[in-house]
Amino acid sequence: MDITIHTTFLAHTDPEASLAFYRDALGFEVRNDVGYNGMRWITVGPVEQPDMSIVLEPPAADPGLSEDERTTIAEMMAKGTYARIILATPDLDATFERLEATGADVIQEPTDQPYGVRDCAFRDPAGNHIRINEVR
Amino acid sequence: MTSSPDSGQRALDQYLRDLALLRQVRDRMDREYAQPLDVESLARGVHMSAGHLSRQFKQAYGESPYSYLMTRRIERAMALLRRGDLSVTEICFKVGCSSLGTFSTRFTELVGMPPSTYRERAAEAGAEMPSCVVKQVTRPIRRTSDRAQSIRNGEAPIPGPHLA
Repeated sequence: MDITIHTTFLAHTDPEASLAFYRDALGFEVRNDVGYNGMRWITVGPVEQPDMSIVLEPPAADPGLSEDERTTIAEMMAKGTYARIILATPDLDATFERLEATGADVIQEPTDQPYGVRDCAFRDPAGNHIRINEVR
Repeated sequence: MTSSPDSGQRALDQYLRDLALLRQVRDRMDREYAQPLDVESLARGVHMSAGHLSRQFKQAYGESPYSYLMTRRIERAMALLRRGDLSVTEICFKVGCSSLGTFSTRFTELVGMPPSTYRERAAEAGAEMPSCVVKQVTRPIRRTSDRAQSIRNGEAPIPGPHLA
């Protein structure tokens, strides 16, 4: 088998705010920005990792969702329980300082976890849980 | 309840804004659990009364902010106790508890044994388990009377081992 992870998705509630977080705070490049019917799909990713992308998408764009499901997704995003991703960086403390200085919402300072990982955590503007592991 | 689709949408938007404030409170507890936080100061931070915050938070996350904060502190205390280089009293203050009595009572409730016993047993057994297993089996589990399953921090049940 020769399969890699190519694209993953995170929802946004305010595309400009999410764009600012991923492009300006995390330093990702913008690879695509598609508008359709008042909605936006923005493809971003690390410059050093051109074959792996995150698409920032409108939540609940799937027409097959019921009203109740849309409401539940909106509530979970607001509560911060909907989606998450783990990123990695070689220098966690420097990354944390730079991100904190942009005004990003911090969930956790750099911490040595008892299970052997050193990590920190932020919220993106849509309420997604963004963890960053130190990987040297 | 709603008189028109517009007013329904407005009510939902207001509810989503309130939920986002609750998220801020929860994130602040995650970040600052080791500080002397209390529900009054958390509520002031989002311009709510302490009673309103407690009710809304419990409705959204399944436990009160006080309970969430104490669970967070005890989770960290468990990790420090397993490390074995600090005393129970030192750890109590290090995780933000100001009363050793409250800390021990709450710890015993959540973990099923007093912190001193947990520390002794962890020293005997913990080192032999791989870290991913330790993470899974050593999480505090809060049992609620009104739900069949046990939950931790008001989140969904942990489906499997920690993945990263």
